[in-house]
Amino acid sequence: MRPDVGDEVAEAFRQEWGKVVAALIGMTGDWDLAEECAQDAFAQALKTWPRDGVPRRPGAWLTTVARNRALDRLRRGATETARLREAAALSVPSDPDLDDDSGITDDRLRLIFTCCHPALALEARVALTLRTLAGLTTAEIARAFMVSEETMAKRLVRAKHKIRDAAIPYRVPPAHLLPDRTAGVLAVLYLLFNEGYSASGGADLVRRGLCAEAIRLARALSQLMPDEPEALGLLALMFFHDARRATRVDATGDLVRLEDQDRSRWDPAEIGEGVAILDAALRRGRPGAYQVQAAIAACHATAADAADTDWAEIAALYGELARLVPSPVVELNRAVAVAMADGPAAGLVLVAALDASGALRGYHLLPATRADLLLRLGRRDEAAASYREALGLAGTDSERRFLTLRLAELAGPG
Amino acid sequence: MKYMMLVCVAEGTELSPDEAARIGPDTEAWVEEMDRRGIRLQGNQLRPVSDATTVCVRGDEVLIADGPFAETKEQIAGYDILECADLDEAIEVAAKHPVARFGKLEVRPFWVE
Repeated sequence: MRPDVGDEVAEAFRQEWGKVVAALIGMTGDWDLAEECAQDAFAQALKTWPRDGVPRRPGAWLTTVARNRALDRLRRGATETARLREAAALSVPSDPDLDDDSGITDDRLRLIFTCCHPALALEARVALTLRTLAGLTTAEIARAFMVSEETMAKRLVRAKHKIRDAAIPYRVPPAHLLPDRTAGVLAVLYLLFNEGYSASGGADLVRRGLCAEAIRLARALSQLMPDEPEALGLLALMFFHDARRATRVDATGDLVRLEDQDRSRWDPAEIGEGVAILDAALRRGRPGAYQVQAAIAACHATAADAADTDWAEIAALYGELARLVPSPVVELNRAVAVAMADGPAAGLVLVAALDASGALRGYHLLPATRADLLLRLGRRDEAAASYREALGLAGTDSERRFLTLRLAELAGPG
Repeated sequence: MKYMMLVCVAEGTELSPDEAARIGPDTEAWVEEMDRRGIRLQGNQLRPVSDATTVCVRGDEVLIADGPFAETKEQIAGYDILECADLDEAIEVAAKHPVARFGKLEVRPFWVE
């Protein structure tokens, strides 16, 4: 196979996966069948595109192949008249979006709103959307939610069962029902960006395409809902992170710590845009978790260097964030900020409390943070043990190399 | 699609005079609309839990207890069996029920083989 055809299939996957699955759900009402047939269509593309060339409209090609596959499967499995009728109806492609009065002009954003049904628990809704529309793997989603792959797989199955058994429709919601779904949509975009920014598996640390797409969608969302400051907050947050993407990893693809990053290479246009958007959000006077996270990112992005960073302000903002959305990860970040503001011993107290709670068991950044603080206190043996613990938990090659490097520094003369 | 809609109210809920005056006519209007739309197949209000009896059999013994089986604050005050196109319609119907303003409605699909 020509390698560029493989790239084109990968690109088609990124662009078209969600649309193909959504079209199949719209036609069959069966989420599992939709996903399986979409997978079959992409497998078919990998086989025939190198031979026949990439079709002019890859999305339409993939949808047709997936639909035919669904038709085959339904016919083969059709033992009841109802199923046969269902199969017959499939041959007439219907467009579920024709009578849509959502006011959402962006195709993909409309699909995300459709998928984020409030009758599913928030986490299930977000996970299902990431799986179904963004095509993230169950393992990637599990890592984003910090649960095991098995737990996440069970959650996805349970959500799909409820969709089927309680007859949750796959329908674009009318405009007045959109606010019910905003929290889910924001979480989807946030995790999509994160997955692109710090890819959870494999060698590629920054999956640029996912980040760009998440930013595009967050912008579309903030235009759709100009009165929702959290949409602006999320967009600002993405800009602050994205502005640093060129310095986040070095030439060999290894992680570079914030304090070691070359700030002259941070994108000033994106930082400026982030600041302006965050200001607009904060003027609404309705703070929320994304605005607070953007404010934290703004503190970093606008500091001249690491020493100039207002750590006391960041520690206070993490306190605010912990109040809005209590989470052990937020608490870990607060510990880092407190360590910077008040010294490593103060941070270590908070890390010890997290260790004792067991809430972050299996999360490599907990022992990695502990190691950093111990090192700054001169407790080198304990620091080395913690780095080794983190190394055993890290998910990407880059994270492992970073931790190996820290360990090597510790072992050297010091 | 058939759903059971359980109408739940917390024990000791006191209605405001305004709410107390509206609840009767509003419920009648809801029943009238849902009957007309062919959605409400059946339904009724239940006597309070002080009139409930709980029955179970352990071994050969029939055990009888005064009161409800669930020791929760929310009690089932009534039910309606709904025939809806999908969950969105059931949610719309439940949200229109006047008890939704101070109580809670649980909508659950019937078991279908």
